[in-house]
Amino acid sequence: MKNAKTLYDKLWDDHVVRTEEDGTALLYIDRHLVHEVTSPQAFEGLRIANRQPWRSSSILAVPDHNVPTTDRRLGITDPVAKLQVETLDNNCKEFGLTEFTMSDIRQGIVHVIGPEQGATLPGMTVVCGDSHTSTHGAFGALAFGIGTSEVEHVLATQCLMQNKSLNMLVSVDGDVQAGVTAKDIVLAIIGKIGTAGGTGYAIEFGGDAIRALSIEGRMTVCNMAIEAGARAGMVAVDATTIEYVQDRPYSPTGETMKQAQAYWLTLHSDEGAHFDKVIRLNAADILPQVTWGTSPEMVVAIDSVVPNPDEESDKVKADGMRKALTYMGLKAGTPINEIALDKVFIGSCTNSRIEDLRAAAQVAQGNKVADNIKLAMVVPGSGLVKKQAEEEGLDKIFINAGFEWREPGCSMCLAMNADRLEAGERCASTSNRNFEGRQGQGGRTHLVSPAMAAAAAINGRFTDINKLT
Amino acid sequence: MQAFTQHSGIVAPLDRPNVDTDAIIPKQFLKSIKRSGFGPNAFDDWRYLDEGGPEIDNAGRKTNPDFILNQPPYDESTILLARENFGCGSSREHAVWALEDFGFRAVIAPSFADIFYNNSFKNGLLPIVLDADIVDDLFQRVSAVSGFQLSINLEAQTVSVEDEAIASFDIDAFRKHCLLNGLDDIALTLKHADEITCYEEKRKQTAPWLY
Ligand code: SF4
Repeated sequence: MKNAKTLYDKLWDDHVVRTEEDGTALLYIDRHLVHEVTSPQAFEGLRIANRQPWRSSSILAVPDHNVPTTDRRLGITDPVAKLQVETLDNNCKEFGLTEFTMSDIRQGIVHVIGPEQGATLPGMTVVCGDSHTSTHGAFGALAFGIGTSEVEHVLATQCLMQNKSLNMLVSVDGDVQAGVTAKDIVLAIIGKIGTAGGTGYAIEFGGDAIRALSIEGRMTVCNMAIEAGARAGMVAVDATTIEYVQDRPYSPTGETMKQAQAYWLTLHSDEGAHFDKVIRLNAADILPQVTWGTSPEMVVAIDSVVPNPDEESDKVKADGMRKALTYMGLKAGTPINEIALDKVFIGSCTNSRIEDLRAAAQVAQGNKVADNIKLAMVVPGSGLVKKQAEEEGLDKIFINAGFEWREPGCSMCLAMNADRLEAGERCASTSNRNFEGRQGQGGRTHLVSPAMAAAAAINGRFTDINKLT
Repeated sequence: MQAFTQHSGIVAPLDRPNVDTDAIIPKQFLKSIKRSGFGPNAFDDWRYLDEGGPEIDNAGRKTNPDFILNQPPYDESTILLARENFGCGSSREHAVWALEDFGFRAVIAPSFADIFYNNSFKNGLLPIVLDADIVDDLFQRVSAVSGFQLSINLEAQTVSVEDEAIASFDIDAFRKHCLLNGLDDIALTLKHADEITCYEEKRKQTAPWLY
């Protein structure tokens, strides 16, 4: 096909306001999501320059990183965190922006609530001062994280200066085995291409195994595009996408919805479109994944052992592996299913949606958290996810099994609030980053899927979800 | 924004790949609503032996003597030399603010994470991509000469030792222009306000559900 375009090309072209001589483009932003951590300095910048937001209706704000996951009526006890959340509240009031405050049932992790509200729609450009904005690409949107200066830039101009990325296709072909989830797929992808493998690219995820995923699953995959180095990950629009965005508070209705749908269904890569790089994975080869190190690319299948740096020929990589093993307190050659845990965290913008909670609850049902687990917590992604889970009785299943059932927020994904690991503690976590200190200074994080995290809680050690008895 | 034209300074070697933004500035410091004051907490987990926090006075803390930035003359370094994928992880601009506040004006690495790279330019911190071989060579030079210095010339896009250019680097013309002149890019964009409005008008016709 002549002039065949990729999905990314289409999204890009539809949002270019102007182009500089060197190719730098001024890109229009449709949706701007805002949270408390990366926005205060941007609002301050607006005030200093005496500027107003360009289009207030494009903005949806929510506090999520710093909020407590225990009884909300007690407020935030940490004075520094409290000030930051209040600063967001005040900024939203001052500039007339929509905010779901801490007491609003719609409050939750910014990347969970955008889609939940229909504030994220196919074909949009979506930005947020948060690297996991890539999540929203699951809808066939161009979504990427920005820094605080860029937050201010979008507030003031509704645009960003951008250089176009290269196109990468990651195709996961065939069907996955039982017990293998979106999280395992994306961890396997990162294991294959590395944490810098997608740097400079926008990744489109395709292939039967991606097509077969629910929207929740696609969000999990796109969420971690940034862990593969790509600012944006995306999946083409199909019937699954359209069905998900129907009847949400921010979604269009009636004739406009029909018009929108007709456009949305064009949001896929054309036959013969050029990709600068193509990566293929065979879905059937993917087993449940567990990270063993301090970078998401340090990942192996559940039936493997902790790898040996002496067998790595690249010196810089081998050094990195040694540092990771020391930090993680692991020995090369240890079978993954012999690694015992101290804590389990089910939550984060990667895996805190209803489908994730259902998968974990299925494993937890009728079982008990092992004695060596000091804390197993489930933190729903939003107040509405929490409500839905409670309507389905999932909270009871978790509580009966010995899990704690918490209020929504980022929680132990990054441990900005009281939920954290102590030095040396080992955690099975459904979040997206296993960096040193991510879940608390000296804490050791292993990334897994919700079902694998629940299984780890029940057995006290990593267990193949398919071999759970 | 602080302009960048030329700079000479001591090079600090940070010999590990994938230095992430959590390492550059740990999350507890992100609770600040300010843009400055992060320098004493840059690389906090590596730099100190005890745990820090926004309310903790750094003067009373135990520093880690093994960490490079605690050792003279590197405590006065202004150029950071690192391995691939520097600045990966979160979008926190606090990472750039912390490096600048420490005193860094440039970071040299074989590759950078995209968001970090972008954020650097917004704050006048110059990220320089050099071939892995050249970076390797620089690590060797740094370990051979204590207080090893480099000079960076943005206009000429070169990195020099004494007066001899040893490498040149690429940079987008637009970014270079903004950095050389320390331009406020919001003001630049607002010069095109009419075009933005015009785009919106057109888009309202074709995609009314977005407005
Ligand atoms: S859940 Fe974790 S990764 Fe997601 S936005 Fe919150 S802190 Fe970031």
